[in-house]
Amino acid sequence: MSVVSPKSAQQTGQVDARRWLPRLGELPELLIETLIRLCGYSAIFFVFGIFFFVFREGAPLLFNGLNWKEFFFSSNWNPTSNTPHYGILGLMAGTASVTVLAMLIAVPLGLGAAIYVSEFSTPRMKEFLKIAIEMLAAIPSIVWGFIAYMMLNPLIIAATGAPIGVNILNGGIILALMSVPVIVSVGEDALKAVPDSYREAALALGASRWETVYRVLFPAAKNGLLAAVLLGVGRAIGETMAVLMATGNANQIPTSILDRVQTLTATIAAELGETVQGDDHYRVLFVIGILLFVIAFVVNLTADLVVKGIRGKQNG
Amino acid sequence: MTSVRSVLAAGLVVGLLALAVVPACSRASRSSEGAIKVTGSDTMVNLANAWSEAFNQSHPDIALQVKGGGSGVGIKSLISGKTEVATSSRPMKPKEIEEVKASQGKEPKEYIVGRDALALYVHPTNPIDSISIPELAEMYGEGGKISNWKDLGIDNPGCASGEIILVSRQNSSGTYAYFREAILGETREYKQGATGQSGSSDVVALVSKTPCAIGYSGMAYKTPEVKFVSVSKLKGEPAIAPTLENTLDGSYPIARPLYLYTLGEPTGAAAEFIQWVMGPEGQKIVEEQGYVPNPKSSAGE
Repeated sequence: MSVVSPKSAQQTGQVDARRWLPRLGELPELLIETLIRLCGYSAIFFVFGIFFFVFREGAPLLFNGLNWKEFFFSSNWNPTSNTPHYGILGLMAGTASVTVLAMLIAVPLGLGAAIYVSEFSTPRMKEFLKIAIEMLAAIPSIVWGFIAYMMLNPLIIAATGAPIGVNILNGGIILALMSVPVIVSVGEDALKAVPDSYREAALALGASRWETVYRVLFPAAKNGLLAAVLLGVGRAIGETMAVLMATGNANQIPTSILDRVQTLTATIAAELGETVQGDDHYRVLFVIGILLFVIAFVVNLTADLVVKGIRGKQNG
Repeated sequence: MTSVRSVLAAGLVVGLLALAVVPACSRASRSSEGAIKVTGSDTMVNLANAWSEAFNQSHPDIALQVKGGGSGVGIKSLISGKTEVATSSRPMKPKEIEEVKASQGKEPKEYIVGRDALALYVHPTNPIDSISIPELAEMYGEGGKISNWKDLGIDNPGCASGEIILVSRQNSSGTYAYFREAILGETREYKQGATGQSGSSDVVALVSKTPCAIGYSGMAYKTPEVKFVSVSKLKGEPAIAPTLENTLDGSYPIARPLYLYTLGEPTGAAAEFIQWVMGPEGQKIVEEQGYVPNPKSSAGE
């Protein structure tokens, strides 16, 4: 390889490109551009399409005949009795209790892992951990459900003496493990986005590594870390299959961490398949769907606004 | 924040894949148009699959396509004309019969193909042998007073607190509705707080892991890891074990018919299938699957 040849090859390349690109280049480019634009728009289309569908199925009951007071303030969920009752207080308490427990476990674990991966691990360890965390995120929720049912259930009975091991504790642990990967990867990105000059300045002032993390990186990455937590919350609220198997599906307002609960999502999954299309039971499940949609929307919007907050700050 | 975006992108990809898969599935089912579709009860799906296998051996030219989903799904499919034969573990409601007439112009025809006995399952370490229906009603019924194994005079060694964990089915299941009717009667509701499971075998699986639990499910779902409890109509009366003989002679109190429904008088392949199911070969499979076949004298409808 002489020094001259790459240069000459580059020149011929330029000639070739000048000869061919203007003619053949335009059409594929236009096609691909249109295609990519359609892909982009399709997200909007799907979101509105899904919302429209869920709303259309729920609306007839929502505006006509749903007893709002009972819906939100009664825990009497008995949709197939002779006089049906649609009270979701117990189901909301179920979703809330499992989500709160999951976050109590997942937030320290996830943020801790994010800090370790971003600040303390060696580059090799970092690669290894990131692959492991991605694997954790790739485990299907039904598999988590099996783990909850077949492994965690007897373990919880043995460890706590509870009469049954599918309960809030079980669901909380499983949901925590499912939300950790989201929290770690978003949290790590947030920490990575803090400029190195911050770290260098902190170290130059004599701060220990922990002080750097706690006093400098945390405040600087605050919004990103909050977004990580909120996305984790969204994951936990929306999860269905695993909680269906892990929480024991008993509609009641829990008084202890070892009580069984039923979540909003699990109720839809368990009951929708056998309802008669168009009757009140079918529609009330879609009303729950609308409620979940609103919750997910609020959580995601908050996360989004928080993320925008970071960008504004960095630009400004 | 590339990660936020990549999470969203991943969601979009999954959505697109789902959209691509759904039409592919419906194409696949359309391609087997010659098959008789048998759709419905989850309780009967194993039975229907066994029928399908055996029937196919003697009638290789007729294909059967068996699907579960629940009795309600089967009847719904009959109403919309998506299935030729609906399996159901409960009789059709008058409203559903009206809907079939309205949308298909034919009266549904009903066949009782056998009986299913709902057995009560407990963990093998639970010393209980028998229970009465009024006791079950106090356990499962709204306002019921029995919530601890000690209330029944049972010292359950595997269950320290003694709390009875009620295992039930999801409230849209035919088994759920039948158990309520058989134990609680027409008007009494279930106690809130029972653990609802989404399948017959899930009930048995959960009971096998839970010494404090009691659950009901088809007697065909017995495994070595659970134990039957015999049932008496009233306290002090002899308790009856859930067996084929006891269901057939009518002494076992929690048994229900299993139904097939067709649109009007079946014709062609569907008629052949129904006739085969009601005949000795089909009834033998009912027995092999752990259900109770029709008494021989009244073979037919």
